Amino acid sequence: MDTGVSSDIRVEKRESYGSFLKTHFRDYGMLVSLLVIMAFFQVMTGGTLLKPLNLTNLVLQNSYIVIMALGMLLVIVSGHIDLSVGSIVGFIGGLAAVLMVKFDIHFVPTIIICLLVGALIGAVQGYWVAFLKVPSFIVTLAGMLVFKGLQLSLLGGQSVGPFPVTFQRLSSGFIPDVGVIDTINLTSLTLGVVTTAALIYFSYRTRLNQQKHAVETAPFGFFVFKNALLAVLLIGFSYLLSTYRGLPNVLVIMFALVALYAFVTNRTTIGRRIYALGGNEKAAKLSGIKTERLTFLTFVNMGVLAALAGLIFAARLNTATPKAGLGFELDVIAACFIGGASAYGGVGKVTGAVIGAFVMGVMNNGMSILGIGIDYQQVIKGLVLLAAVTLDVYNKKK
Amino acid sequence: MHRAEPASRPAFLIERDEMAAILEMRGITKTFPGVNALDNVNLTVEAGEIHALVGENGAGKSTLMKVLSGVYPYGTYSGDIVFEGEERRFKGIADSEKLGIIIIHQELALVPLLSIAENIFLGNEQASYGVIDWSRAFARTKELLERVGLKESPDTLVTNLGVGKQQLVEIAKALSKRVKLLILDEPTASLNEKDSDALLELLLQFKAQGISSILISHKLNEISKVADSITVLRDGSTVETLDCRGEAVSEDRIIRGMVGRAMEDRYPKRESHVGDPIFAVENWNAYHPIHADRHMVKDINLHIRKGEIVGIAGLMGAGRTEFAMSLFGRTYGQNIRGRVLLHGREIDVSTVSRAVANGIAYVTEDRKTYGLVLDETIVKNVTLAHLGGVSSNAVIDEMRELAVANDYRNKLRIRSANVYQQVVNLSGGNQQKVVLSKWLFASPEILILDEPTRGIDVGAKYEIYTIINSLADAGKGVLLISSEMPELLGMCDRIYVMNEGALIGEFAAAEASQEKIMHSIVKSGRR
Repeated sequence: MDTGVSSDIRVEKRESYGSFLKTHFRDYGMLVSLLVIMAFFQVMTGGTLLKPLNLTNLVLQNSYIVIMALGMLLVIVSGHIDLSVGSIVGFIGGLAAVLMVKFDIHFVPTIIICLLVGALIGAVQGYWVAFLKVPSFIVTLAGMLVFKGLQLSLLGGQSVGPFPVTFQRLSSGFIPDVGVIDTINLTSLTLGVVTTAALIYFSYRTRLNQQKHAVETAPFGFFVFKNALLAVLLIGFSYLLSTYRGLPNVLVIMFALVALYAFVTNRTTIGRRIYALGGNEKAAKLSGIKTERLTFLTFVNMGVLAALAGLIFAARLNTATPKAGLGFELDVIAACFIGGASAYGGVGKVTGAVIGAFVMGVMNNGMSILGIGIDYQQVIKGLVLLAAVTLDVYNKKK
Repeated sequence: MHRAEPASRPAFLIERDEMAAILEMRGITKTFPGVNALDNVNLTVEAGEIHALVGENGAGKSTLMKVLSGVYPYGTYSGDIVFEGEERRFKGIADSEKLGIIIIHQELALVPLLSIAENIFLGNEQASYGVIDWSRAFARTKELLERVGLKESPDTLVTNLGVGKQQLVEIAKALSKRVKLLILDEPTASLNEKDSDALLELLLQFKAQGISSILISHKLNEISKVADSITVLRDGSTVETLDCRGEAVSEDRIIRGMVGRAMEDRYPKRESHVGDPIFAVENWNAYHPIHADRHMVKDINLHIRKGEIVGIAGLMGAGRTEFAMSLFGRTYGQNIRGRVLLHGREIDVSTVSRAVANGIAYVTEDRKTYGLVLDETIVKNVTLAHLGGVSSNAVIDEMRELAVANDYRNKLRIRSANVYQQVVNLSGGNQQKVVLSKWLFASPEILILDEPTRGIDVGAKYEIYTIINSLADAGKGVLLISSEMPELLGMCDRIYVMNEGALIGEFAAAEASQEKIMHSIVKSGRR
């Protein structure tokens, strides 16, 4: 309609710092919030939060949430939701335990079987959502009950464990050290530095390429600041970890997956199509996108990632318990929404979801150290979720 | 011709002393951050007249009506609103409705799953102490439906009515609120000719009953049929007010006011170079997606030559969109049968991606619902139907994509700050250019354009026509579906006529006329 606003075209000449920050507030706002929250707890806990031991724990405690948030983000962007992931985590953990402990199967085939079962679960739910057109909320609510029940029946209501040591290393292992210096895990530090250098190199190359094509870029000072901050954070992080036992295996898996999914969502055709599907399914369909198949695949992907999370969680506890996975779906979904995903689909970023997961993780960890009871922890987490999304809605209105 | 002067009564009012203005809007100025949406606009509506408000998209018509109805409350604009001789300061829609100023928006605001009676009295329920008196509501609904000439039971669900009838329900709803000034925003945009005529007839009846109306419309022929006076807006200011009571005002005269220059020709000239037939549809049939016994598309046979623009004329509901969508990847209907040939070879069009891969593109009539991902940028919309063209091994080359988008932005003159602007913020004409870009990038041989200029202002229409012509010049085949017959006559080399799902006539451009086409439709309807 011709409100007159539509013809309002703001021609931005040169991006100033102020206007850049304004337009990209959402992108960096979450990261800044995470840093503020970390600083807050660092002070409140008297420095415990960033102690190497606690930092390692923080990574281990949150890895499975982050991994599932990657899949959940795609599901949410495509315009759906998956409530069953917590139950799948528990069920797959139980399955792995039964296979390894009761049937004495080697951990490699066990992992493969578990991931395949995860894919199958995702495929069944995806089929119902994509092709039978039953709302995902209902399908996965049913799945939540079904797999919770199957988990209990599989474990017979008891904990099953312990696991072979090789399997435990999935969670509790660290990447091997070349061991020149006693106090520092050199491999880990090197890996951290190399990764940082690679990231900076890629972002510099992208910037050059953008400038070559006259694309508006961030002000140079901002670019330097951003990368310097990234370097300090990453190298500092890996240094702290290397003074303890080095990089956990799980961190490496997690980092690789985050990089992979960031790439898939930003740069590949399938990623682009998922955003289009969530943004306007009808238009996507009439543009030749196989919307049903794509929805189906996002659920299959979610199933596999939930299964992987189930394995990691079981390996970390070194036992499969009937309570495993309880309520995980809430943390995962909250992570995505705190990270800026839209409940209506079509909007959301991998980095946002990861940051959202760590916001939740740091708060859990920090509040536990402070001795805040589980009761008030939930109240506070709920309010933070509400505040983050409210801020989002408010920003969009402006 | 009279020109309204700011803050003073136009001269002709004094001459016609028996008339009194029901509404005067004086010196209305409304700014949005960065734009002057309305700049010192004056509008005077006489009691009991039909006053047309015309202007290109973005001229400020809707903004002006939002000021009048209180959507933009007093204090957010400057200027005076005088209604029935008193200055009014509306705080919201409720205030203006209380005085009998009722606005009916282009996008109807009915609740589909409620009945006609429930819709009419929504927010104004016939109730005492919160308990609804259904018999009173039904009786009053019947009265109101009689007044608007709608023969439906009050408990019919609105979702089961066609757009034309829904429009009448909206008007009945306005009547229930004792309307004195009825504002209709593009009321006939989605109506067929018959329903449009009925609606205009209704406006004339209301006029006889002393109800004034403001009619916003792009359809100038309708305006010249019913309007007593016409106010033309351009770029947020009043250009002129034309009086139609004396001699008739020609369409060209109105257009001159709207665009600020004479439109020599509404359709760009084209020398057509029609080649051999390249595309043919044979015995195409489709049935309703839910009611499998309803034969919606009946035995269509047609062909398109290289470089030819072929039109399909017909009334709303003739089955043209259904035909096009059933052809394009079976996106409409079931039990679809028939053959599609390109260059004499049968091609597979059973899914959208196959149809696109085989050189067919379909530009939908409803760009917001079916054509665009509104919250995404221009870039991402342009490449959506042909991501393969900007990627290798499923990895998108963002710089190549950018170059493609910039190329189309320049070629089709999409007006935007840059290609990273969200399409939701573009005007209708520019949005349509984005949809066209998307399909041009898929480089089809046959383009099916379904109502490509609906809801687009005169200037942008001309640009779209130019694009269509250049496609034909490039040797593509164009199938143009349009409900505006002058558009078909002005653009096409050949026109098929469709009615009730079947092709009932074919005219070469030279021999076609509006009368002949209407005649063949009417004749086939009598069979």
